[in-house]
Amino acid sequence: MLVAAGFVLAMAAVLQYAVLAHVPGELEPGGFSLSNFREMMKPLYAGVFLDTLRICFLTAVLSLLAAYPLALALVRAKNPYLKSAILIISVTPLFLGEVIRTYAWIIVLGTRGFVNGALSWAGLIQQPLQLMFTETGVLIALVHVTLPVVVIMLAAAISHIDRDLERAAAALGARPLRVFLTVTLPLSMPGIIAGLTTGFAWTFSAFATPQLIGGGRVNMVSNLVYSLGFASFNFPFAAALSVAGLILTAVALAGFRALLRPLNRVATR
Amino acid sequence: MIGIVFRMLVAMLLGFVLLPVVVACVAAFDARSVIAFPPQNFSWRWFQRALSYEDFQIGFTNSLIVAAIASTLAVVIGGGVAYAIDRYRFRGKAALESLLLAPLAIPHFTIGLGALIVAAQIGQSRDWPVVILTHVVLVLPFVLRSLYVSLKNIDPRLEAAALSLGARPGRVILTVTLPALAPGLAGGWLFAAILSFNEFTASLFVTAQRTQTLPVAMYNYVREYADPSMAAISALYILLTTVVLVIANRFLGLGRILGTEDGRP
Repeated sequence: MLVAAGFVLAMAAVLQYAVLAHVPGELEPGGFSLSNFREMMKPLYAGVFLDTLRICFLTAVLSLLAAYPLALALVRAKNPYLKSAILIISVTPLFLGEVIRTYAWIIVLGTRGFVNGALSWAGLIQQPLQLMFTETGVLIALVHVTLPVVVIMLAAAISHIDRDLERAAAALGARPLRVFLTVTLPLSMPGIIAGLTTGFAWTFSAFATPQLIGGGRVNMVSNLVYSLGFASFNFPFAAALSVAGLILTAVALAGFRALLRPLNRVATR
Repeated sequence: MIGIVFRMLVAMLLGFVLLPVVVACVAAFDARSVIAFPPQNFSWRWFQRALSYEDFQIGFTNSLIVAAIASTLAVVIGGGVAYAIDRYRFRGKAALESLLLAPLAIPHFTIGLGALIVAAQIGQSRDWPVVILTHVVLVLPFVLRSLYVSLKNIDPRLEAAALSLGARPGRVILTVTLPALAPGLAGGWLFAAILSFNEFTASLFVTAQRTQTLPVAMYNYVREYADPSMAAISALYILLTTVVLVIANRFLGLGRILGTEDGRP
């Protein structure tokens, strides 16, 4: 009860602060005002929202593409040791936390990092590639952060597929690729939808990755909320951004589901 | 043909997942004080430095305390709630359930911001209770989900048999339900403890210098220094996590906890 109450209080506080005015130089908020939401329409902030949506969408799609083969291999591996190995390798990053994974990607992507070291050692580049502080760098790391949870969602869905359907298709002469495209893929549609939506929401929640790898040049809503709270102490505006973020994710996810529902219906018919 | 292509694809993807992990472990042994590739002289000095760095020591102790208390609270609360929701009908049941699962869908920075504002309003500025309560809210949904599955898997006839043999309801819970739930409770507790130990974004909002957890201490370190101490502590972390996961997989069945297997052949 206390936990539920605490959670409700915290969310109520965010909603309440979102409609209060910020008094510069003061921690206490002023009176009721919708100025925070007007402020958000400025190109500076609207741009961050658009960037965030694009990054979340790309990360979700890329994670799905990378996760599907892993999930399929995980569920269908016959050798129990191979199965355990795939499971542990693809799930371990989930338990390493965002900070360590982001730090590891800094070493991989940095100017003197692994990628540049390997490429210049092989004589493929003269100048180091700029990967840190770019959207590409942030995307690579975000896909790595989001991948495990999408693998888990997909594997859960694939493991529920009745294998007799695949065997029947194969017995009727379908080649493996065709069995996959016409039986396995459509039947795993619930997992694909769950993976896409979770990947999207998960990426929206990411903070350390865009903060450290983006280095101020790639900003997501989370980074803006933090810097408004802790650099400008403008908690009302930070709260308003959080609320707008929540609404935006909810709308985006509802849109995803609405778009994918017809596909799902066709697939499971 | 397709089989070979598929295997190579899976191997490449596993390589992508492992790459940063391996690179961080290799970098931890480089003697130079700025990370660069390829690595040169082998050295343990960054491990010594990481282990003797005060912020990491304090952060580690804080994280252990917070994770232990938060996950225990989450399992006790989650156990009660899951049992009530699974076995009884009461008013507001659906509301309570969706309320406790809601933190799954809300970004951690929003939860952290809310907890910070509430803490400031009730004059509890960023102290232990706020940190622990925030962690309980965040891990509770995972505990609840793992406990639902365990509760559904208990054969109701066992409880009915105990009741019909004259055991009182309280005794049935203690001698039948709880022992049958034990693996689910242990799995849920472990999962909650690992998640809490790793939680970063909300903790960044609600911790102060004195209460900072290990991920927050590491984040601050990465922002200020570039030496391989951070790689060394990452390597230790990776080793510890892998050992825990391999053991959990051996004894509890990771696939079952995560739901990637459904037990059918």
